[in-house]
Amino acid sequence: MSRISQTFAILKANGDKALIPYISCGDPSLEFTEKLACSLEKAGADLLELGVPYSDPVADGPTIQKASQRALAQGVTLEKIFHLATRLRTQIKIPQILMTYYNPIYCYGLEKFAADASRAGVDGIIVPDLPLEEAGAFKKYTDAYNLDLIFIVAPTTTAERLERIAAAARGFLYCISVLGVTGSRGELPKSLEEFMTGIRSYTELPLAVGFGVSTPEMARRVAQTADGVIVGSSLIERIEKNMPVIPKEPEKVIGEISSYLNNLKYGMTLDRKI
Amino acid sequence: MNKQRYFGGFGGQFVPETLMPALEELEKVYAQVSQEPEFKEELAYYLQNYAGRPSPLYYAQRLTETLGGARIYLKREDLNHTGSHKINNSLGQALVARRMGKKKLLAETGAGQHGVATATAAALLGMKCTVFMGEEDARRQALNVFRMRLLGAEVIKVSSGTKTLKDATNEALRFWVSTVEDSHYIIGSAVGPHPYPQMVRDLQSVIGEETKQQILAQEGRLPDCLIACVGGGSNSIGLFHPFIQDTGVRMIGVEAAGHGLATGRHAASLSKGSKGVLHGALTYLLQDVNGQIQPAHSISAGLDYPGVGPEHSFLKDSGRVQYAAVTDQEALAAFEALSKLEGIIPALESAHAVASCMKVAPGLTPEQIIVVNISGRGDKDVETVSEVLGGEDSEQDFTNLCNLKSQR
Repeated sequence: MSRISQTFAILKANGDKALIPYISCGDPSLEFTEKLACSLEKAGADLLELGVPYSDPVADGPTIQKASQRALAQGVTLEKIFHLATRLRTQIKIPQILMTYYNPIYCYGLEKFAADASRAGVDGIIVPDLPLEEAGAFKKYTDAYNLDLIFIVAPTTTAERLERIAAAARGFLYCISVLGVTGSRGELPKSLEEFMTGIRSYTELPLAVGFGVSTPEMARRVAQTADGVIVGSSLIERIEKNMPVIPKEPEKVIGEISSYLNNLKYGMTLDRKI
Repeated sequence: MNKQRYFGGFGGQFVPETLMPALEELEKVYAQVSQEPEFKEELAYYLQNYAGRPSPLYYAQRLTETLGGARIYLKREDLNHTGSHKINNSLGQALVARRMGKKKLLAETGAGQHGVATATAAALLGMKCTVFMGEEDARRQALNVFRMRLLGAEVIKVSSGTKTLKDATNEALRFWVSTVEDSHYIIGSAVGPHPYPQMVRDLQSVIGEETKQQILAQEGRLPDCLIACVGGGSNSIGLFHPFIQDTGVRMIGVEAAGHGLATGRHAASLSKGSKGVLHGALTYLLQDVNGQIQPAHSISAGLDYPGVGPEHSFLKDSGRVQYAAVTDQEALAAFEALSKLEGIIPALESAHAVASCMKVAPGLTPEQIIVVNISGRGDKDVETVSEVLGGEDSEQDFTNLCNLKSQR
C-alpha cells in the first residue's frame, strides 16, 4: 500500500479528513519552501503538494502564475526540487506529491523523472495537462517506480470518462469543484454535494476537492462530502502579500501561514465522527 | 492509444480534464457535419458570397522578370474579406460551433487578423465574441483592436508572461475552461489539441484546392514549388495539404528567423527547436533544457510564436516539406519589393514567404513554376515598417534588390 493510500486509510479509521496544502517550490526561495513545508505538517497538513514552477501554467489562475514566475526567476529546476524533496523526506512523515505540467516531465525524460522522483521520496504526481488518454506512456513508469499518478475529475467529466479514470487511478481522485482555473473564490458551488455523490458512485478511492477553498467554513463544508481538502492559492496569497517581510522575518510569515492552515484544519474537525 | 489524435508522433490532447469532454464533442460533431452536404454547401456559400472566394492566382510578371528565374504565381489570400486567410477557418468553425448549440466564440490573436476574422464571423452569425490579445500586440496593432470592437467583440488585453500570442493563447484556454459549457474556442492556427490541427487544416485546404485548379487552368500542369510562411502554420498547411501526394511538387515552409538563427532571437521552432508540449500538442518548440517555453521573436506578430502545428513537425521529420527561415531584414526587403514591383503590399508574415521565393526563384528556370501564398495584406504593418525603415534606407534596399538581376 502506498504512503498516500495508507494516510487516507488511517485518517478514515479515525473519522478524519485530509488537509492538503499546495505550495509553489522556490517561491520565493527553496529554503523558505523547505521550512514552510515542515511547519505546515505541524499545523495539520496530512499530505503535501509541491508545485513545480512552469512558464505556461494554463490550469492556474493569477496567484499561482505569479508564484511560478517568482520561482523561475530564482532558477528553480526539477533537479533542485528533487533535492528539496530528498531533504524533506528526512524531516516530514506526510506524503509528498509533485504537481507539475507535462512538458518539464517530457523534457526531463519520463523514466528518469519517475526514477528520480521515487528516489527523492516523492509519493505521487499530479499533472494538470495530462488527461487519461495521454497518460499511458508516463503511467507505465510511475507504476514501475511505485508512484501514484493522481487523476483529475472535473464537473464536465462524463460518466463514461469517470468510469475509465476511476479504473486507472491510484492514491486518490483530485476533484475540481468548479469550472475554471485555480484561485480563491468567494463561495463553493451549490452543486458540490451532488458532484461528489456522482463521483462516489463510481469509485472507492479517496476523493479530494480542490480549486477555490479559502475559509474554515468552506473547508468544513468540503470535508462533509469529501475525504480531503486541497488548499493552494489562498496560502500563496499570504506569501505574496508578505513578500517584502520574508527575507528579514521568514519565521513570522511561516507562522502566519501555518496558523491559517491550522484554522482550516479546525473547520474540518467540527463534524468529526468517531 | 487513438492514433487519429497524432500525426506520426506529434499532436495529442495535452489539456486539463475540464476540456476533454468538449474536445470529444467537437471531434464527434466536426467528423459528422464535415461530411454533410448541407454543411459543405453552407460553408461554400459564405466563402463565395461573403468572403469573396475563390481568391485569384495571379502571375507576378514583374517579380518574375526581376528575379529572372522561375515563373512566380501569387495566391491572393490577402484579397479575402477581412484581409487574410484567417476568415476561411473562422467562418468554418463558427458554423460548427452553431451546430453544437454554442452561443459564444472565443479567440486568441497575435497581429489581430484572426481576432478580426472571428469577430466578423460572430457578427455574421449573431454570436457573442471575446478575443484575447497580448498587451504588447494590442499596442502594436491598435487599429485591429478598434476593428474588433467595432464588429461587436470584447477584446481582453493579456498582461501575463511575454504579453504576446503565446500568453493570449494561455489566457484564452483558461477562459475557455470556465465557460466551456456555452462557448467554443476558435483556435486561429493549425495548433492546439486534437481535433484542432486537423480541423483547421481541412478548413484552410480550400487554399491548396483552388490553387491546384487554377494552376492547371492557367499552365496546364502542377507547380514545381509551393512556398508559404509558417508561424503556427495554418496558411501553409492549407496550401500544402492538397499537394502532399503530388511528389513532384516541392514545398517550402518559411519560419521567422528574427534577428538571425544564431542570435537566439527568432521564432524558428522547426529549424531550431526541440520536441515538447505546448497548448495541448506535442510538437517542436522553443524551450530551455528544463522544458520552460522561451519567448519567440519576429518583426511579424503573426509569426511571433514559440510553437508550431504538429502536422508540420511530422512533415519536417518525414522530409516531405522543407523548412527554411528568413530574417526580419530579409522579410522587410521582400515587403518593399512586392509593394514596388507588383503593387501588392503583403502582410509581414507573407513577406517571409516572398523573401524565400526571392532566394529560390533565381536558381530555377523560366519553365519552372513557383506558387507563393500571400496569406494576408500588409496595411496593418505599414506603421511597423515605417518605424523600422527610414525613407532613405528603403530606397537603398530596393536598389539592392534590382541589382540582383544585373549581378546574375
